[in-house]
Amino acid sequence: MNLLIEHLRVLRFTLQRLLLTPNASLLNLTIIGIALSLPVGGYVLLESVQNLGSQIAVTPQISVFITAGTSSSETERIGDKLRQHAGIKRIEFVSREVALKKLQQSTGLADVVDGLSQNPLPDAFVVYPKGGDVAALESLRDELKTWQRIAHVQLDSAWVHKLEALLDFGRLAVLILAALLSFALVAITFNTIRLQILTRREEIEVAKLIGATDAFIRRPFLYFGLTQGLLGGAAAWLLISGSLLLLNRNLSVLTLLYASDFRLQGLSTGDGLALLGFSAYLGWLGAWFSVSQHLWQIEPR
Amino acid sequence: MIKFNQVYKRYPGGHEALRNLNFDIAEGEMVYLTGHSGAGKSTLLKLVAAIERPSSGGVLVRGQNIRSIKPAAIPALRRNIGLIFQDHKLLFDRNAFDNVMLPLQICGFDHREAAKRVRAALDKVGLLDREKANPIALSGGEQQRLCIARAIVNRPTILLADEPTGNLDTEYSSEIMNIFKSFHQVGVTLLISTHDESILRQFPARALHLKKGELQP
Repeated sequence: MNLLIEHLRVLRFTLQRLLLTPNASLLNLTIIGIALSLPVGGYVLLESVQNLGSQIAVTPQISVFITAGTSSSETERIGDKLRQHAGIKRIEFVSREVALKKLQQSTGLADVVDGLSQNPLPDAFVVYPKGGDVAALESLRDELKTWQRIAHVQLDSAWVHKLEALLDFGRLAVLILAALLSFALVAITFNTIRLQILTRREEIEVAKLIGATDAFIRRPFLYFGLTQGLLGGAAAWLLISGSLLLLNRNLSVLTLLYASDFRLQGLSTGDGLALLGFSAYLGWLGAWFSVSQHLWQIEPR
Repeated sequence: MIKFNQVYKRYPGGHEALRNLNFDIAEGEMVYLTGHSGAGKSTLLKLVAAIERPSSGGVLVRGQNIRSIKPAAIPALRRNIGLIFQDHKLLFDRNAFDNVMLPLQICGFDHREAAKRVRAALDKVGLLDREKANPIALSGGEQQRLCIARAIVNRPTILLADEPTGNLDTEYSSEIMNIFKSFHQVGVTLLISTHDESILRQFPARALHLKKGELQP
């Protein structure tokens, strides 16, 4: 009794059965592939957008406004302190005069500004932090707020929050899609195996009569579900890789116009293997449900 | 080898198929089971193969009580019993060779060793030259012999045959009975159900006669 030989035999038998009805097998694999590629494609898209987000998030700025009436030497000291801060990449000093000039130029409020008897703007530093994530930015903001002679710290993080929220929404949508389509994969396998069991009813009955264990009878069906799931996962991987190839070719024209090097990233090897493992597991699960549902009904009489 | 002790078999709805059966079949014995159709011959054979369980009483096969046997223990029991059916129960999606191969696959035999045994079994029933044929292309007598080859390839200690000559003419019948006789000579326990009196005259052996589910003296 050699279990390895038996498993190899069943595997060969399973592949033979897949090849026996090439059209039906191909159709099944395509359906599974498409079903899986939808959530996985969504995931790939989200990953790429998230990467884009963190690339941009390197450039958010924190504006630090100095209390009015602070002497220039004190302002300089604050500048030095900011420069030495571990969480800050570089800073830019915007004096109140420069700020006023910018305001005059940029906002069309020239008349109003001209009418002011004195410059109401404070000196300010534009701080470019090192990290990109929201939590670090916010803690840096809160820290700077506590410093002496700093009137106001403004972090423009609203858009980061928006992107995060949007990504969260996208993730949830992908998750729901993945759950639904996983269920569909299980259902497809369940039905395929059900039909197989029905068409092989006689064989199962005879096998039981001549001493086959339940495990022996179950094994080819479980293998079939597993193999079908695995190949379906591979089809999904192929579909996504192909689609990304096409999309990126098109995207490169678009991103050139925007002077960006944004491109959709393909499935990493780890993610791809996880996809294969998961789809194989779902196939096995569908087969297992089907077998436990239908096999006991076939008893020799 | 096979022992029935006050065995009753009732089906739902009150039909009593077997009534108070008591008999013993020794190891290596050849026994006929006779009676009209509906007398309970098939039911009795099903009890021995654990296809059915007795309603009451004890059925001992190779020391195991069929009434209380665990489902997980049934495959091991059946591997020691060769079953020969009147309707053959051959699989038409594979050739003769693969039909006989099935019991060995179930036991996990090495392929080469199994192939040798399959050919030996086919040779025994005179079908060695038909190993590639689909069972559907075989005659009734050949199908029955193929069924026998499948039953013996595993070298069981008990052979149960349900009307093995039921649909065959006399010439084929004696062919098959000669095969059974050769198994009997090498020590296999045989229980053969038949309603064919001429076989009993030609190949005499002890007979259990069933009538309406009861053993006749």
